[in-house]
Amino acid sequence: MTAGAVAGEAVGAWETVVGLEVHCELRTETKLFCGCRNAFGEEPNTNICPVCLGLPGSLPVLNERAVEYAMRIGTALHCTVVPSVFHRKNYFYPDMPKDYQISQYDLPINIDGRLELPGGKEVGIVRAHIEEDTGKSTHVGGGGRIHEAAHSLVDYNRAGVPLVEIVSHPDLRGADEAKAYVEELRAILVATGSSDGKMEEGSLRVDANVSVRPAGSQELGTRCEIKNMNSLRSLGRAIEYEVARQIALVESGQPVVQETRHWNEADGQTHSMRSKEEAEDYRYFREPDLVPLEPSAEWVAAVAAALPPLPAERRGRVAAASGLDAGADAVVTVVNLDLDPFVTAVAGVRGNAELAVRRLANEVAASVDQARHLDPDAFCRLIQMEDRGELSTAQARTVLKELLAASGSGRGATDPAAIAAGLGFEAMADDALGAAVDEVIAANPAEWARYCEGEDKLAGLFVGQVKRATQGKADPAAVSALLRTRRQSGG
Amino acid sequence: MTGPGGAIAADVRAGRRTARDVLEDHLGRIEGREAEIHAFNRVLADEARSAAGEVDRAVAAGQDPGPLAGVPVALKDNLCTRGIPTTCSSRILDGWLPPYDATVVSQLRRAGAVIVGKTNLDEFAMGSSTENSAFGPTRNPHDLSRVPGGSSGGSAASVAAGFSALALGSDTGGSIRQPAALCGVVGVKPTYGLVSRYGLVAFASSLDQIGPFATTVADAALLLDAISGHDAMDSTSLPGEVPSAAAGLDQGVEGLSIGLISELMNADGMEPDVLARCRQAADALTAAGAKVDEVSVPAVAFGVTAYYLIAPAEASSNLARYDGVRYGLRVPGTDITAMYGATRSAGFGAEVKRRIMLGTYALSAGYYDAYYGKAQRVRTLIVRDFEAAYERFDVLLAPTTPSTAFEIGAKTGDPLAMYLSDVCTIPSNLAGHPAMTVPFGGGDDGLPIGVQVLAPALGETVMFRVAATLERAALGQAGPDRPGETAP
Repeated sequence: MTAGAVAGEAVGAWETVVGLEVHCELRTETKLFCGCRNAFGEEPNTNICPVCLGLPGSLPVLNERAVEYAMRIGTALHCTVVPSVFHRKNYFYPDMPKDYQISQYDLPINIDGRLELPGGKEVGIVRAHIEEDTGKSTHVGGGGRIHEAAHSLVDYNRAGVPLVEIVSHPDLRGADEAKAYVEELRAILVATGSSDGKMEEGSLRVDANVSVRPAGSQELGTRCEIKNMNSLRSLGRAIEYEVARQIALVESGQPVVQETRHWNEADGQTHSMRSKEEAEDYRYFREPDLVPLEPSAEWVAAVAAALPPLPAERRGRVAAASGLDAGADAVVTVVNLDLDPFVTAVAGVRGNAELAVRRLANEVAASVDQARHLDPDAFCRLIQMEDRGELSTAQARTVLKELLAASGSGRGATDPAAIAAGLGFEAMADDALGAAVDEVIAANPAEWARYCEGEDKLAGLFVGQVKRATQGKADPAAVSALLRTRRQSGG
Repeated sequence: MTGPGGAIAADVRAGRRTARDVLEDHLGRIEGREAEIHAFNRVLADEARSAAGEVDRAVAAGQDPGPLAGVPVALKDNLCTRGIPTTCSSRILDGWLPPYDATVVSQLRRAGAVIVGKTNLDEFAMGSSTENSAFGPTRNPHDLSRVPGGSSGGSAASVAAGFSALALGSDTGGSIRQPAALCGVVGVKPTYGLVSRYGLVAFASSLDQIGPFATTVADAALLLDAISGHDAMDSTSLPGEVPSAAAGLDQGVEGLSIGLISELMNADGMEPDVLARCRQAADALTAAGAKVDEVSVPAVAFGVTAYYLIAPAEASSNLARYDGVRYGLRVPGTDITAMYGATRSAGFGAEVKRRIMLGTYALSAGYYDAYYGKAQRVRTLIVRDFEAAYERFDVLLAPTTPSTAFEIGAKTGDPLAMYLSDVCTIPSNLAGHPAMTVPFGGGDDGLPIGVQVLAPALGETVMFRVAATLERAALGQAGPDRPGETAP
């Protein structure tokens, strides 16, 4: 079996190979090398000082909390935390105050990790290193590029904000896997408390190294680095476009040129930024203003011990409670939205955890902001009411929406029974439902006989008739259960 | 032996003299000779009068202004002073006002010192003669046709001319010790990390150290002890206990083992009169009870070569920020790249450009290992060879410079000859070890000669023991007058 067949994303005879470089801003109180506040969206050039402006004579002092966050990320990605040093990456750009970036080069803090996608695939992590962010340039006029701009504005609030860059092996086999990787990585970053993972605010930035090769080949093709994707959707689109472009080149006998390419969201294409020959020589050398970073074994162990449960582990718990697959979309959604404590709560009262997962992944996920205020007990009672057939599916959904709205706004009833009563949803007592079922069976003897002989699809007919007979109050799941019981007991 | 700085502080603290009075004496000397010497980029007469007034008010109010009460101190103009131009003697910093004081400047203010001015230097501290200044050369107070050495030539000249009792400089490859020797004063490069570099405009970060100039060893100890110690703003600042320089002053050298570094005694261009003074110094130490022997420290022979790769490499990065975007000089260009080029072409002098290019080349892909990488390995060898020597010797001795002060213009056309004037001082920077120069008589031309005492890391106390002993011995030597002492 070829790698392409495994991945299932080979385009014809070609296999897509993707490696990702993800920059993640750390949510420390202060910047990486000075005491300025690390905050997004403030008045430009207000969180600045001699150090993050790189004024003559200023010196960097490493933020210990940033190191701790970096170690959390490394540990969560199963990396080894090793002694490391900082290097200077030298290049000129107006938003970089010192005209060099303090980064880590050949000796990064975290090495050799892995990330497991919800579907089970393992993606190798080369490294996760610490570096400082640049300021933010706004080029006015000239199509937004610096050389054509009428003038440029620079906001140095972001200069010196701590970043961790996470570099994957080229283990991803297409746009969908790349997106799944970023989603899972984002969930891990958020779970560790190191980052807020907001792609739209730029606190999570993804560059993709994309190449193609004949399906079954073990050699890597010539890669292009794609930049400027600011959403998961554009990441997927950019990879798909780039793969098609490279296949078209190779199939027409032209070489792929190793270069950096810029994704243009508007025209849906990648455009050449600079070739390998034009690439900067960054003249890396050890940052003499900082001392080597050698976290003690005790510190590394303490960070690992304090790490909260990670998404994979939490999905495992939800799966165990609900009987669903750990990689099921609903389970992934529940964990990524931090809704799994509700599953735990339902399981804790021996409720129907599978039903809880369905409600959470659908109705609750759609109003996730309101869900922050949802009382787990109220949610448990609602699931129990639905599970016992006291509410039909439709009724339960309605009650849940009311419950979410009331929880989010702080107005209205937050007791599901009270909401149901207020909506006129009378609880269907089990014996009343049983009677309705028996009536429908009696009215359709031929169909019942066929159902009893194993024609399962006829269950729908009975459920429909029971619902009609009860003006929609009957819960289909409860009716189905009753039908099965009646059949097993011989009708 | 109390120096003039220590005497001033004692008098001012005791109320015997006012800081204003002391200051006016020094301003008077500046008035008299600054026009011909050009030690300063800027004399801070008003600020100094105000600071001296505060010291006097504190004394009058019964408070102790500190160990440097009322002592006039000059600052090399690469030390940041809040709201006061800090030029590095470069056009590129035109108009820039630092929004903060260097740590050493804050320490001086807290100790009661009176800052009299910002002294001239080779641009960004790159040079050995103070001729590479955008504002013109400084002249040696002993002979106006000669250079004062460099790069801290203005600070050396200020102390030698009596413009200030003390001065601070920075020493990356000898920039304190070489001008101190050529101007006949004491100059100290402390252990790397002993004095905070925060606010020192960087030349080569792994080599730069701030240190004192003084007319006596005791005054140098007074100033060094006032600025030593850990600073949280400098990650390379050493934690832990700080060696006391003053503690060594009266201990003598009885029982110490002192090694004369063969490779530096025999260095290229070493003048016989300088060598003779160094040997006399060794004899004086023997007479004072030390055991002196020659010692080989082989790797120091490669010091200049390694230094001129490492220092320019770091400088090429440290000086990248002077790009016309945020502060200092900006020469307009048609686009950002043109603006960078025009600004840096106009803003930097020839020597700075030479070193930026050298350093950029040394760090380039494909050349890194052959140049920068190899230079770093040489540096490791130098440390190793020094450590081997310090297993047998408490301190080492060497000339500070190969010759006395040379004529202005003599070496400006020959950068290599200029670089070689630091052959004796560079090894200590590469090793991160302390070293200091003490005036020890004069040369055949009547100009001052310095002898250098080198010590292991944090060996300041023993270094000052030897320096103080040499100073006492030097009083018996025929030497040049101190120009400052002939004034009022």
